Amino acid sequence: MLELKNVSFSFQHNGDNIISNLDMKLEHGEFVSLVGKSGSGKSTILKLITGLLKQDTGEILINGKPVSLGDVGYMPQRDLLLPWRTILENIMLPSELRKDVHISAEEAESWLDKVGLLDYKDALPKQLSGGMRQRASFLRALFTGKDLLLLDEPFGALDALTKKEMQQWLLSIWKESNKTILFITHDLEEACFLSDRILLLHPKKKIEEMNVSLPRPRVPDMLHKKEMVTLRQNLEKKIAYETI
Amino acid sequence: MKQFKAWLQTYSLFLIFTLVILLLFEWLVRSEQVPSFIIPAPTMVVMAIIDNWQPLLLEHTPATMLEFLIGFVIAVLGGVFLAAGMFFSKTVEKMLYPAVLISQMIPIIALSPIFVLWFGYTIWSKVAVTVLISFFPIVVGVYDGLKSADRDFIELFRSIGASRWKIFLKLHVPMALPSFFSGLKLAIVYALVGATIGEWLGASEGLGYYSRRMSGNLDAEGVFASIVILTILGILLFSLISFLEKRILNWKDSDEKINTEGNNSK
Repeated sequence: MLELKNVSFSFQHNGDNIISNLDMKLEHGEFVSLVGKSGSGKSTILKLITGLLKQDTGEILINGKPVSLGDVGYMPQRDLLLPWRTILENIMLPSELRKDVHISAEEAESWLDKVGLLDYKDALPKQLSGGMRQRASFLRALFTGKDLLLLDEPFGALDALTKKEMQQWLLSIWKESNKTILFITHDLEEACFLSDRILLLHPKKKIEEMNVSLPRPRVPDMLHKKEMVTLRQNLEKKIAYETI
Repeated sequence: MKQFKAWLQTYSLFLIFTLVILLLFEWLVRSEQVPSFIIPAPTMVVMAIIDNWQPLLLEHTPATMLEFLIGFVIAVLGGVFLAAGMFFSKTVEKMLYPAVLISQMIPIIALSPIFVLWFGYTIWSKVAVTVLISFFPIVVGVYDGLKSADRDFIELFRSIGASRWKIFLKLHVPMALPSFFSGLKLAIVYALVGATIGEWLGASEGLGYYSRRMSGNLDAEGVFASIVILTILGILLFSLISFLEKRILNWKDSDEKINTEGNNSK
């Protein structure tokens, strides 16, 4: 599905390598989390995969073809809903921006119903709570029609309770939509709970891979299982002793 | 009723203040503390408007409004196109933005005779002053508004694969509307001032021409009558733009949340 081969990237103004000889692979239908310290280059990797940034060396392939703008669905940390558009108009945005994306209003409303936003389809983003806006933002990424979704700390600004609800919600939507998800988070518990695999980005720009052995469907009680606690503690230690 | 109460709450102090000032002037003139050719009593101004309503409202006001309207439309269209041109092309920006700024440094009064020289005493000398004076807030408002789009929004649009034109239409243009309306509110008042200044410097009709003629006759009531009409026109035009702004930018005022579960909750 997604493959990064020997990818390096540096910002032109300082020349320091943000990403260096990075290899990474995602299979179709996987849920993979990317974790690492702040400044380790997680968001940069996402921007390289979206095509917003261009790598200095190496290849980024989606289904074997070099990536270009518009090849993935992207959900940023801020919901970035356009304040002058209703929720329905916001999630339909990809079909207005691209000729090859076709979403009917009925299809959009059916998804809004699934995520509990149908009653708010004509509301403006300002009138909705943080969790509701994030759900609309996710639908917009989904409606790009792309198989790969990149989610950049989407629940980072939510309170703990809403975050837990959103995690359950995301898993159910992911299962139904049959998409591949690359998920960036600082929350290690969240990464453990959601993912099939966790990719830990080391300061030396190498990636360490960890499998999450929990069965699906996931329920919050699983987080207290011994192997989960051990995995989370392992991750915490590895991140805590690293320097950027 | 609720809206009227809110309006009254906002403007009641201003209305009381204005009423007190008007009463004060009325008393000062009526008690001959101030001669009426310096400041006329407000009732005398009202009487001047009533007595001369036909030339004032049917002859001079339409003349001023025509100059204003033509000048304002040219300023808005020209301002929007120039701002869009500067937004799309750095060359256009570097070439024309300083010229736009410099045009505002030149005193309009000094330029007006040149316009009369170029266009004669036709409507176009007045239109030229109107355009020059109201062009600037439109250009600056639209240009700043177009540049105000958040980088994150632009990246989101690009990540979806939007073309530059689509980003302009669907993101930059709506983002520019608030500052466009701010510029428009200034420009519409300036345009009326511009038309009046133009008439002061050479015209045969219009409220500016009428007030200059009355001033020459030491007819203070007549001067104030045209000033009152111009002020009312200015308030009406400003209110019209404010009304349109509220209708078009309704998303800016809707702070209330439909959802009652609290902020950041599901």
